[in-house]
Amino acid sequence: MTAHVPALLVVLPLLAAVLVPLLALRSVPLAQLIAMLSVGGVILGAGLALRRVLIHGTWHYALGGWAPPWGIEYVIDPLAAGMALLISSMALPALLYAGPVVAAWSAGQVGAFYSLFLLLVTGLLGMVVTGDVFNLYVFLEISSLAAYALLATGGIRAVVATFRYLLIGTIAATFYLLGVGYLYAITGTLNMADLTAQLATLHTSSAFVVAVAFLAIGLAIKAALFPLHAWLPDVYTYAPAPVSGFIAAVMAKVSVYALLRLLVFVLRAEGAAGQALLLLHWAAVVAVLAGALLALAQQDLRRMLAYSSVGQMATIVLGITLGTPAALLGALLHMLNHAVMKGCLFLALGGVQWRTGQVQLADFVGMGQRMPLTMAAFGVAAASMIGLPPTAGFFSKWYLLTGALEAQDWLAVLVLVGSSVLSLIYFFRVLEVAYFRQPGVQALQRELPWRMLTPMVVLATLVVLLGVWNQVIVTQVLQYALPHGVAWPRT
Amino acid sequence: MGMLSLGALHYWLVACLLLIGLHSMLAQRNLLKKLMAMNIMQVAVIVFFIALAAKTGGTVPIDTPSIKQVDAYINPLPHALMLTAIVVGVSTTGVALALLIRLYRRYGTLEEPEVLAQLMESA
Repeated sequence: MTAHVPALLVVLPLLAAVLVPLLALRSVPLAQLIAMLSVGGVILGAGLALRRVLIHGTWHYALGGWAPPWGIEYVIDPLAAGMALLISSMALPALLYAGPVVAAWSAGQVGAFYSLFLLLVTGLLGMVVTGDVFNLYVFLEISSLAAYALLATGGIRAVVATFRYLLIGTIAATFYLLGVGYLYAITGTLNMADLTAQLATLHTSSAFVVAVAFLAIGLAIKAALFPLHAWLPDVYTYAPAPVSGFIAAVMAKVSVYALLRLLVFVLRAEGAAGQALLLLHWAAVVAVLAGALLALAQQDLRRMLAYSSVGQMATIVLGITLGTPAALLGALLHMLNHAVMKGCLFLALGGVQWRTGQVQLADFVGMGQRMPLTMAAFGVAAASMIGLPPTAGFFSKWYLLTGALEAQDWLAVLVLVGSSVLSLIYFFRVLEVAYFRQPGVQALQRELPWRMLTPMVVLATLVVLLGVWNQVIVTQVLQYALPHGVAWPRT
Repeated sequence: MGMLSLGALHYWLVACLLLIGLHSMLAQRNLLKKLMAMNIMQVAVIVFFIALAAKTGGTVPIDTPSIKQVDAYINPLPHALMLTAIVVGVSTTGVALALLIRLYRRYGTLEEPEVLAQLMESA
């Protein structure tokens, strides 16, 4: 059984996605339980896989017994296993949280919702474990299609936002597919390891430049890298809370993972791939500040969190493109930390909206008394976003800053510090209104049901624990996930 | 004329098709026309892959005992890939049409400026 863990990571949620809508017609609680159990199984499998690859090295799994490079191969290294663990670990709290949100829906609707959620998880997991560039495209589209349907459940504004996202997302996926076509035309292979070998002598061809351009632009759109971020704010703002909590936590990060995997691990930052990394670096420098400034300008807190995500995704890309060991560790640690804290923030904010209908900054007066636990979770995650020790956010920013200093990139140092100051302002603003302004009338305390409260309290605790354990995570796991023997271009 | 030789003509046509699709997705005001433009863009990529696999004098990729050399067969992989891409395209169009039906039922129009104007009014 353990020999097939790589395939089971994808097959388990896929099977559950088929079963759940049928079960929901019989019993909704049973369907919800099965959905959560399947994700729990994936967490276990990803944990086992991570443990194994840390001890024995990269795990190659030929799907259906077809030998690579002809067949599709799943390749699990510490980076892929870590991402799979992160995706499944963020899906479980979101699924638990969804219970009360969908309580008023019909059994058919609940079944479809959980089924789509599991398909989204399937697609994202497939993207991180696959060792085949076309297979990655298929999983990218599976996750995107499931995400479009899920996002559109948030009302008519969500439908408008989702339709736009669908068009832009399809442009992104089509560009990616074209890039794959060019790579295939040059090398005649779709297997990532084989591509690396074939391209060693072919990366000077002009078709390679076109391939890299299409791949990088496609994935940068999906990763919402400013100025290609326009789809993101509306989509995150109008989606239902469990969906935005999960998607904001991991979906764009999986596209950043794909960028890292292709440009650095597969194309080895050679030729045009190195140039693409340089261009992404400049885009990220601008995006870090632009995201933070746009977040500062928002009164709708969902939109503030969305723009903050634009800035934070750019921070991760900045770490990757700086390329020094500390910056790469910072980028990977920030992927983990940002997923947990942004997931927590969206779930907490969604809870406030679910209970009170309020999302505007001005309406948060006295919220610290009305929903003490929810706001406490929000406060802890916000402290981590600002980068206060001992929360997780402090340590990833520390590594990123160290990396920028190592690279002697003073502009990167400046924007990293600047965006931290800006996030201090826009998050402190919320805490100030929620805790220190006295409401006109004494509002009643009314907390969320336990199924919504537990996930955000767990995530808030995790924000602190990840901070305390940061050294263990870096020395025991993340440093084995770094690429080796790749030289980043500097000019 | 090296770049524009007849042998590469179909690639230029694919590029035109791709640009027509991309341009119309941005320029069209009607949401359904945007969706149709998206399909044109996807078709361009499908033609691109199929053109990659074209071979003069190649036979169908079925193992025939009398033909030993690999070169005599057409490469079936791009076709198989594009079957998947077509399925993806159909699914995307299906989801998009479902979204458009919801929009039309609510607003009675698919003209983007009118939909946005009604959204602004309700805010």
